[in-house]
Amino acid sequence: MLRTIGIKILLLIPVLLIVSFGTFILVDLVPGDPAQQVLGPNSTAEDYASIRLELGLDTPVIERFFDWGKDVLFHGDLGKNLINPRVKVADTLKRSFPVNLELALLAIALSMVLAVPTAMASAYFAGRRLDRTLSVTAFGMISVPPFLSGLLLILVFALTLGWLPDSQWTRLTIDGSWTNLNLIKNLKTAALPVITIAINEIAVFLRLLRGDLIGTLQEDFVLAAKAKGMPIRHVLFREALRPSSFSLITLAGVSVGRVIGGTVIVERIFSIPGVGQQVVSAATKSDYPIVQGGVLVLAVFYVGINMFIDLMYGFLDPRIRRGR
Amino acid sequence: MAAETIVRLPDLEDMTVDEVFASLAPKPPRGGVLGGTGLVLLGLLGSYLALGPLGRMPGIAKVPFFVLSVYAIIRGIDVVCKTIWGPRFDTGLWLCVVWLVLLGLAAVLADFLPLTEHVNTVKSIAETGNHRPDFFSRHPLGSNNFSLDLLAQSIYAARVSVGTAILAVLIAVILGSVIGMAAGYFRRGVDLVVGIATDSVLSVPALLLLIAVITVIGRPKAPVEAVWKMGLTLAIVAVPVMVRLARANTMVFAQREFVLAARAMGASNRRIIFREIMPNVALPVLSYSFIIIATLIVAEGSLSFLGIGLKQPNPTWGNMIAEGQVSTVLRKYPHIALVPGFVMFLTVFSFNRVGEKFRSLWDQRDAKL
Repeated sequence: MLRTIGIKILLLIPVLLIVSFGTFILVDLVPGDPAQQVLGPNSTAEDYASIRLELGLDTPVIERFFDWGKDVLFHGDLGKNLINPRVKVADTLKRSFPVNLELALLAIALSMVLAVPTAMASAYFAGRRLDRTLSVTAFGMISVPPFLSGLLLILVFALTLGWLPDSQWTRLTIDGSWTNLNLIKNLKTAALPVITIAINEIAVFLRLLRGDLIGTLQEDFVLAAKAKGMPIRHVLFREALRPSSFSLITLAGVSVGRVIGGTVIVERIFSIPGVGQQVVSAATKSDYPIVQGGVLVLAVFYVGINMFIDLMYGFLDPRIRRGR
Repeated sequence: MAAETIVRLPDLEDMTVDEVFASLAPKPPRGGVLGGTGLVLLGLLGSYLALGPLGRMPGIAKVPFFVLSVYAIIRGIDVVCKTIWGPRFDTGLWLCVVWLVLLGLAAVLADFLPLTEHVNTVKSIAETGNHRPDFFSRHPLGSNNFSLDLLAQSIYAARVSVGTAILAVLIAVILGSVIGMAAGYFRRGVDLVVGIATDSVLSVPALLLLIAVITVIGRPKAPVEAVWKMGLTLAIVAVPVMVRLARANTMVFAQREFVLAARAMGASNRRIIFREIMPNVALPVLSYSFIIIATLIVAEGSLSFLGIGLKQPNPTWGNMIAEGQVSTVLRKYPHIALVPGFVMFLTVFSFNRVGEKFRSLWDQRDAKL
């Protein structure tokens, strides 16, 4: 077990190295001169030369990559924003990352809460009309692109009914203090984006759990529980759910990792100041330290979550723990 | 006698086993061809009332009315088809196939169809823009701010959006299955390197990676350029998925006896991979390609929605939706975003549905996702 964990962690290192180096090269290849971006249109040749020197643009990419990597590894320093050099990249990301985390966690939680009972009904009535209707609905929900579902939600709940705001993100904390929370307003602005994300996720969870549950419901212990006259609620929640939920838990974890980095569209539609928006707008302004830092943070998070899920999996399922 | 007691249920008459099976078999729907046709006509009338020139109901009532009408149409077609081809006929699947074929034909033959102007704003500038959908006018699905026809735009957009996705999947199938088969067959070093490479690509959020690549190679300016540029870019995220699929399938077959037999007969590795393993891996990999096309259509749409792909007036579904997304436009003229949105949804849904069918037919492994 320890050996497997060790190997897995070892394999993470090249992945993260390749990811960060890849982003570094890619961002370096983007047409447009960062030095020119910093200076603006009216600048002298001396200014240009000095800013290039200051940014280290006269050294080769490899060298800059190692300098950057050293700062990241030993000081946790992701560099400074180019356009606004008083702000550190780490601070920019620190402000936007919690937004993504909140969206992702809320969306996955909502999907789980809705998907679990629905999947149970679907599996219990497998093949019947309710199940078929739910399956078709799930298919439809998987196929809705977020910019369609998001716009429909805005159209109905914000523009027509006026129940919820259509954009403008309200932060959970005011001035970063945890005593002074803006919970209601924050949840109101988060509602539509969270539902938009959840629409796709619910369907995936539903299909997965339904498949596993149908398998579990044919096991002998379920038959035994039914034969003892246990109420169906007990059979589904207490007997069948746990053994069927392993792949669901895995998927939920992976989804948190994926959703955190994958909400660029939702962030754009609802004007949410998340990491995705920061990276995209920085990419168009060739503010490359933000792109590098943002992608690195998202990748580390994704890889880390997958790692954690693998470990949890062994923890939850005794067969794997004992296996190897 | 025993068989009869097993199926004795409290509120039923005694049944023989044959009768039980007969009662469980799907029944032909009630109504027959006539009833089904009637339902279709009713639905058509309903959708005409909701969207046609007579439709004078408030916007919020139109939507549920229209949805009900569409449901009636589909239900009617279902009844007719099930009466003709038997109760097991999968109407939904065939409707998806019909939609894909129609869309494909329309996209290929778009130049010969009597469509209103879709790209040249000089020609359309004389008209007033933002036409509402009206089945019996010059603009059946409405027009946008520059009075470009949304039906024509949606059809021409299909060329870019679906063309891009198909190109990307073709690249992914060819490259991905070769790499995946090599990794799954040779294992050890090859597998390790391939695994690290795919993990690296997949650990970066796909959309951010695509955005970065497009910024590097430059945004496409014309439809043909868009197809190959975006196609190549989307292939970057599609290849690793295919690699994993091909690898997993190869590992199943590499253990089988016929591979061992081939090796015992002295077949070379290349012969084993291409002649023994590939025929078995090809079907599952191909069956997934439809589902991947669906995902890639959404990815391409996302890019052009963000303004990173092709720009208006050259239409793609993504940039058409982006045009109608601004909240002032969305409030007054929701059709500008919703028409391309629903065309895209139907296409993605159909690819998913058909792909799922192929997958359940062809994929040997008991894949759940």
